[in-house]
Formats: sequence, structure tokens, C-alpha cells
Amino acid sequence: MQKIEAVNDFVVKFANINGSGSASANELFARAILRMGVPVSPRNIFPSNIQGLPTWFEVRVTEHGYLGRRGGVDMMVAMNPQTWDQDVREIDPGGYLFYDSSKPIPRSRFRSDIHVLAMPLTELCNDTYSDARERQLFKNIIYIGALTQLLEIDPAEIEKLFGEQYKGKEKLLESNVRALDLGRQYARQNLKPIALKVERRDCVGDRIFVDGNSAAALGCVYGGATVCAWYPITPSSSVAEAFQRYTQKLRVDPTSGQHRYAIIQAEDELASIGMVIGAGWNGARSFTATSGPGVSLMTEFIGLAYFAEIPAVIINVQRGGPSTGMPTRTQQADVLACAYASHGDTKHVLLFPEDPYECFEMSAQALDLAERLQTPVFVMTDLDIGMNQRLSRPFTWDDRREYDRGKVMSREELDAGADFGRYLDVDGDGIPYRTYPGTHPTRGGYFTRGSTKNAYATYSEAGADYVYNMQRLRQKFETAKSLVPLPVLSAARFPARFAALFYGSTSPAMHEALDALAEQGIYINALRLRAFPFQNEIADFIASHAKVFVLEQNFDAQLTTLLVNEAGVNPASLVPILHYDGTPITARFITQEIAERVSKLNVRPLRENMVA
Amino acid sequence: MTYLAKPKLHHPSLAKNRVGYTRRDYEGKISTLCAGCGHDSISAAIIQACWELDIEPHRVAKLSGIGCSSKTPDYFLGNSHGFNTVHGRMPSVLTGAYLANRELIYLGVSGDGDSASIGLGQFAHLMRRGVNMTYLVENNGVYGLTKGQFSATADKGSRSKKGQTNSDAPIDLVTLALFMGATYVARGFSGDKAQLVPLIRAALAHQGAAVIDILSPCIAFNNHAGSTKSYDYVREHNEAVNRLDFFPQREEITAEYGAGELVQIRQHDGSVVNLRKLHTDYDPTDRIRAMSYVQEHAARGELVTGLLYVDADAGDLHEQIGTVEQALNTLGAAELCPGSAALEKINASLR
Repeated sequence: MQKIEAVNDFVVKFANINGSGSASANELFARAILRMGVPVSPRNIFPSNIQGLPTWFEVRVTEHGYLGRRGGVDMMVAMNPQTWDQDVREIDPGGYLFYDSSKPIPRSRFRSDIHVLAMPLTELCNDTYSDARERQLFKNIIYIGALTQLLEIDPAEIEKLFGEQYKGKEKLLESNVRALDLGRQYARQNLKPIALKVERRDCVGDRIFVDGNSAAALGCVYGGATVCAWYPITPSSSVAEAFQRYTQKLRVDPTSGQHRYAIIQAEDELASIGMVIGAGWNGARSFTATSGPGVSLMTEFIGLAYFAEIPAVIINVQRGGPSTGMPTRTQQADVLACAYASHGDTKHVLLFPEDPYECFEMSAQALDLAERLQTPVFVMTDLDIGMNQRLSRPFTWDDRREYDRGKVMSREELDAGADFGRYLDVDGDGIPYRTYPGTHPTRGGYFTRGSTKNAYATYSEAGADYVYNMQRLRQKFETAKSLVPLPVLSAARFPARFAALFYGSTSPAMHEALDALAEQGIYINALRLRAFPFQNEIADFIASHAKVFVLEQNFDAQLTTLLVNEAGVNPASLVPILHYDGTPITARFITQEIAERVSKLNVRPLRENMVA
Repeated sequence: MTYLAKPKLHHPSLAKNRVGYTRRDYEGKISTLCAGCGHDSISAAIIQACWELDIEPHRVAKLSGIGCSSKTPDYFLGNSHGFNTVHGRMPSVLTGAYLANRELIYLGVSGDGDSASIGLGQFAHLMRRGVNMTYLVENNGVYGLTKGQFSATADKGSRSKKGQTNSDAPIDLVTLALFMGATYVARGFSGDKAQLVPLIRAALAHQGAAVIDILSPCIAFNNHAGSTKSYDYVREHNEAVNRLDFFPQREEITAEYGAGELVQIRQHDGSVVNLRKLHTDYDPTDRIRAMSYVQEHAARGELVTGLLYVDADAGDLHEQIGTVEQALNTLGAAELCPGSAALEKINASLR
């Protein structure tokens, strides 16, 4: 029988029961490989539940540094009898099945084209430990021990990680090391060697291993957010929790011990966005983190902030919709809901981070943009980036950087007789001046409202005032184009007829797919969009290619719609490629879908020197 | 209201307060509400209270929801920033504004539809959190702007102008505020300015969540026989438990009272509330008793007004969450950004 052979390039999937402590053991496995200088990309595939339901943890070991989900499984660690059949089915032919053989499993439930590694884990645990919780937790460590033996992972790296985790808790440290050795010893004596292997490399460099939600929260700390109002919702809750954690360390007044921040867990998303808008109106940088259902609840307020021109930052960690949808699965399905959130003619600025590094960067930038543009700004991350630890460029910050507080009229300017019209465009960029409440005893006060007003913020239902205001808002959105991050081009090695557009968490799988396609002789120019409104470069890029594949993780091709609506793109030139089953998009999927379409579309290069 | 524009020039002999403003400086735009609307009397009471308290007008932020009552902040304190937010959600916006700058005085203006119907949730949570503000409910039991539908404070059995009978149980915002933890709770009547102005003054000085439920008859849609929110009905059923005199910290207490009828409450900021007891059995510092008292009287068809509860030592949200004394909206990068060295350490911890 064939054996999958690979060094530093394979996928191990753990099938567990949630609430059993498996997640931290599996993370340990991933980190140990990372410490050996080999990049990994782990993904937690979990249920909306606390205890007892199936959960999976997939670790891609990838010397090339391909951090997207690959698809396929080379080794399954099957620890959950509930999902046995499906887990066994998922293994690639020639792959490996590691399982707990304490209870006999009928032959019919195995496959003949995979290699079986049986270890009586429960028996071993029951023989070694008497306490029920210990039996449970150390079972996880014992199988990690066996895997390190099989895959030749250096146990010293795991012991170092234990040492960091259990600093000052020597007893816990020792018992963990003992469990690890128990697993290693059993595997050495009883299991046949396999052909998957980890070898030490130096491919990680200075990169950091962090989840996007923590990165976004840290971006808000660095970007100067002082007010955070939120309501718990998967997969965004850990943004606010990380903001709490970081501010407790980084934002406490050293002399008084008082906080330079305020965090409120609101009663719902209507209240959380209301608080963010109140704080923004009053001159504090504020943000909320939420997901699709939260955005739906917030839309009335988002329209108010748009029309009354109040800064607000909304970090939307997208999940599967519609309605409650797939709360623990990933999608990019809120693009249109956020771009046009609220009734009436509204448009909002969206930023699309590709990884934790950009979650950090763009959250900080969103706070600047929201104040510069006096409008809500969305950071459109998703569960795949937000809740998985990802290898990422280290965070950077230029200490000379100052916050852009936008056009705020001061008491001195008012005293000097400046003409203050809250909704008056004084310099053609569509952005008016604002004043903070309490600035001046007699000047600069105004009444903020969601209803129509004239340029001086006086209530008005006059058509001309309304038209002036709407056109100014349109001008402001034009101005936004020059402020939001530019798209990033990955040019093919040869001139190409076809192109691909992608955004957000599709990025790592896309880059891997581009390499794979090039190996097949298919060369594609790829443009990663990083923001809405779309710059003119994007329309130009599309116009200069025969067909443009638009890679999206939603069913309705939402970005494609937005491109047609807002960038004046010919719909016939766009070919949506959609992945929407709730799992992260894979390079295999992209490669196959593009290769198929190219072969149909192709077929002759228009000019001799151009290849498809 | 009036159809005539008020002259902008002030009479030179108009009295100025300690901060140099006349009463006229606390006025706003001309009201567009109906002639005789209770809400205009409340606006006048707010103007009076702020002038008497020597509050600089621009130090007040006025926030409201949607409805007739929520339009009124345009009609007083014209130099203050105001925010007419969305229906029923003013409490969250006010909370955010107050988080951003703890140094301003926050005035929330709402109605019964805005607070008890669509906004009941935000009303309740605002009281729970101890936001330092004065929240006025201009309560007329009816939707004015949409022409006469019942609101959630309309009494069961009361009749609308069109002759319909309300079959739903009413929400009593005073009881709810007491239950939810508001630390200053009062009820007034727009037709009794002598009672209302000191209630507002003491509320503005209160350091915590202060709410005043103000019966404010709707002259257009709810002032008929069969209404329990009409001028006549409220006058007939008004049971004032006390009369207030409010003295800011610096003022000498000059009023004289007969023995045994005076309760003196010193608030957190040093201001003093003098209460003349009209009901000898009423103690406005006992929250539990206040709730049952209000309900007992409501069961008899009586509307208890006056200062119903005050916790003179109340704390506010900023104290509870330990924010710095300085307003958050004044902090800059120097105070807020941890800098690149700290970021390097964070990077190192993530390897």
C-alpha cells in the first residue's frame, strides 16, 4: 500500500469533543513545530456549544509558508467516536489514522487504503491516573507525546513550552512532562514508523503567532481608542476581551492607577453602537466589535452616524449568515450589508485586512479615517482570521505617528471669528468642520440630528438644502478614495490575459493557488482589494484583462455586485468564483476552479507573446 | 409657543447670574409645539433651573430621542450642543458621550413613547449603570407627532381622543427607575413650576443617575375627559409628598421652616436639599419603601409627586469603572499610545 511521504508539508487533523481540554494540547503541538523553525497554520473548527459536541483542530505544516487551508488530511487523530466515520472518510489515500483503541472498533469501519496507528489511550490513562479530570486532560498530552515520537518533533521544544506555561507551578510542569514521555515511550515501543516528518528549519524568522481579534484590539489600543462598547457575539467577543486585557497592561495611569479607557458591555448591539456614536460625537475615539447579526441591529444607528457625520469604528468579524446562520463558521457575507448599511442613500468605508498584521494596522487606521471623514468605518475581518492563530509579520509602530483628529474647530478659531457651519464644505473635499460639545460659551454650538438640515445645522426640509448635503456627502466619499489603503498587485511572471481579484482572508490560499497555477502554465495577475470605496486603479486593472475572476467567500458574489455598482465595471468581464460552505477557502479549490475556467475560456492566446 | 419672533436684544436691566448670563441666554429657538403644550413649561423650568444654578450654558450637553418631547432641546440652551438621536435609544448615546467627557452636565430629554415603549430597554439599563445625568421624561401618555396613539404609560381604562379604551397595563417609569437603581427619582407636573424647578435643580446637582417623570399634558391629543393625563385629572389626583428647596453648595440656607416638618439632605457635591414634608410618613431615602408607597397610592388612583428617592452618596459610572479624572476626549497620543518599545515586547511574547 502507498504511504504518504512528506517532510514539513502535511496536514494533521484532530477530531475531538469540545470542552475536553483538547484545544490547548493541540495548540501545543502546533507551537512545538513552529519552534522548530517550520511554519504552521492551525485552524479551530468548533461548534456553537460549550461541552460535548464535535470539534476539530487542523494543523497545516508548511515549510513553504502557505498559511491558507490546504484541504485534504494526511493524518487524522480520531478522538471522537461520534464523528468516526466522517473522520475516517476524510483521510487522503495512503494517509494515517491515529486512534484510541481501548474499545474495539469493527473492521468494517476502517479503510484498507490508509495506515492505522492504534493506541489504547483510555486504558493507559486509567492505569496511570485515578482522578477523572487528570485522566481526561493527560489523555490529550499523551497523544501529543505519541505524535511527537511518530513525526520526530523535538520533545525538548514541548518541554520548553510547558516551562513557559507552568512557570512557578513545578508540580503541573512535572506531571505534564511525565504524560508526554508516557506517550512517546508507547509509540516508540508499539507503533510502526510513518513517513510524515518534521525537520528543523529556519523558515519562521521574526514572525509572530497571533489571532486577528487580539491584533485588532491591539490596533485599537495603539490607534488611541478610549471607549469600547460591545455585546458578546461569536466570533467577535475576543476583540473586546483582548482590548480589556491589553488596556489593563498598557493604559493605566502609573501614579493614580486609573484607566485611560472605558469599556462597557452593553445590553445589546443597539446600545453598543449608540454608545460608540455618543462618544464619537463628544470627541473620544471609540469602537465596537460585532458580527453579522449585530450589524443588522445597528443599521439604524449607522445611518444616523452617516448622516449626522459622527466618527465610529465597527470591527465586523464576519461569520456565516443569513440570520443566526453558521455562528462558528467563516464567510465574507456582510460586504453589501455593511457597504450600504441603513435606509436611505448611504455608503460606508470598508477595510479588508488579510491577516493579523493588517487587523492591527487597519484598526488603528480606521480610527484615523473615521475622524478624518467623520463617518462610520468598518474593519471587515472574519472568523478565519479573527479566531485562529496565524503566523504574521510582527506589528510595527512609528513613534512619530500622530493621530489624525480631522477637522475640529477650536475655541481659538471660533474666537478669531471663523465661520462655523457644521455641514458646510469650506475647501471642496466634502468634509465639514465640527466642534466638540463644551468648546465655546457662545459660538460653535449646534443641534445634531438625523433629519435634514442646512449647512449651518438648522432644521430644514428645503429641497435645495437636502441636495447640497447629499452632494457634499458624495464628494466626501470621493475624498475617501484617496485616504483608504490602495490595492496590492501580484503580477504574473508573464503578461497575462486573465486576472483575479480577492480580499481579506482569501489571501493566503490565493497566493498559494497562484503558485500552483503558474506551475501548470497558467499565469494570472492578481489584485488584492483592501478597501471600499474603490480607487480608479481597480477599474483600470479590470478593464485591462479579458476576464477577471473574483474570489469570494459568500454565495451571492457580493463584492462583484459592489464592483459593478460602484466602479462602473462591465459585469461580463467579471467571473465570480465562490466558496461558501463555511470552511475557509483552500488553494486546491481556487486552483481547480480557475484552471477549469481558463481551459474553457481559452483558448488561444490573442498574441503570441501572451500566455493564459 | 408664539408665532412672533422674540427680539434678540436683551433689556439692559435683566438680572445676570454669577457667571454673567441673563435668563434669556438660556433660551433656545422658538418652540414649534402646540400652544399650551406642557413640554414648553418644562423647557421654561429647565431654563430657570440652569440660570439659577449659574451653569454656563455651553457646559450642558442635551440629548434626546424622537418625538415631541425630544424636539424640545432645540428650544432651550441654544448655545449648548444638542443631539436629537434615534427613537428610544438616546440613553446609549448619552452614555457614550458621558464616557468621552465626564466634565460636562448631561441632560437627557425624552417622552413616554421614547422611554417606556420603544426605549424601555435602554431606559432600564441607563438607570442600572449610574450614568451621571438628569433624565427628564415628558410624560403625556400619548404619541403626539403621529397624532394620538396610546403610549405604554397610558393607564388601563383611559380613553383616547378618538374614543378608544386602552386595555394594556401601564408602565410606571418612577417605579421602574427605583427598581433599576436610579439614585435620584422624582415626579413632577408641568403645571406646577414651583415644584418642578427645584426638582430639576437638585437633579442637576446630583452625582449619579437622576430621573424625573414629569406629567406633561398633551393639549392636542390627551387633554379630554376620560384621559388620566389631562391637566384637570392630574391636578385632581396629584399627591405631593414634599416640597423642595434646593441650595447649591455655596449658598447659605435662608429658608425657615416649622419644627418637625423639615428634612435636610446633603448631596455628594455639598449641595443641600431641604424638604418640607407634606406627608409625615414619607421618607425619601428609603428606596424599598418608596416603591411600595408609589404603588399603594397608584392603586388608589393617586399620583404621588415630589422627590421620591435620593441616595445622597451615590457614585457614578466613571467611579465604578475607575477612569482617569481628565476627560477621555482630551487625551492624546502621549497618554494613549504605548509606543514601539512596548510593541516589540508584545511581538516577542508572541513568538
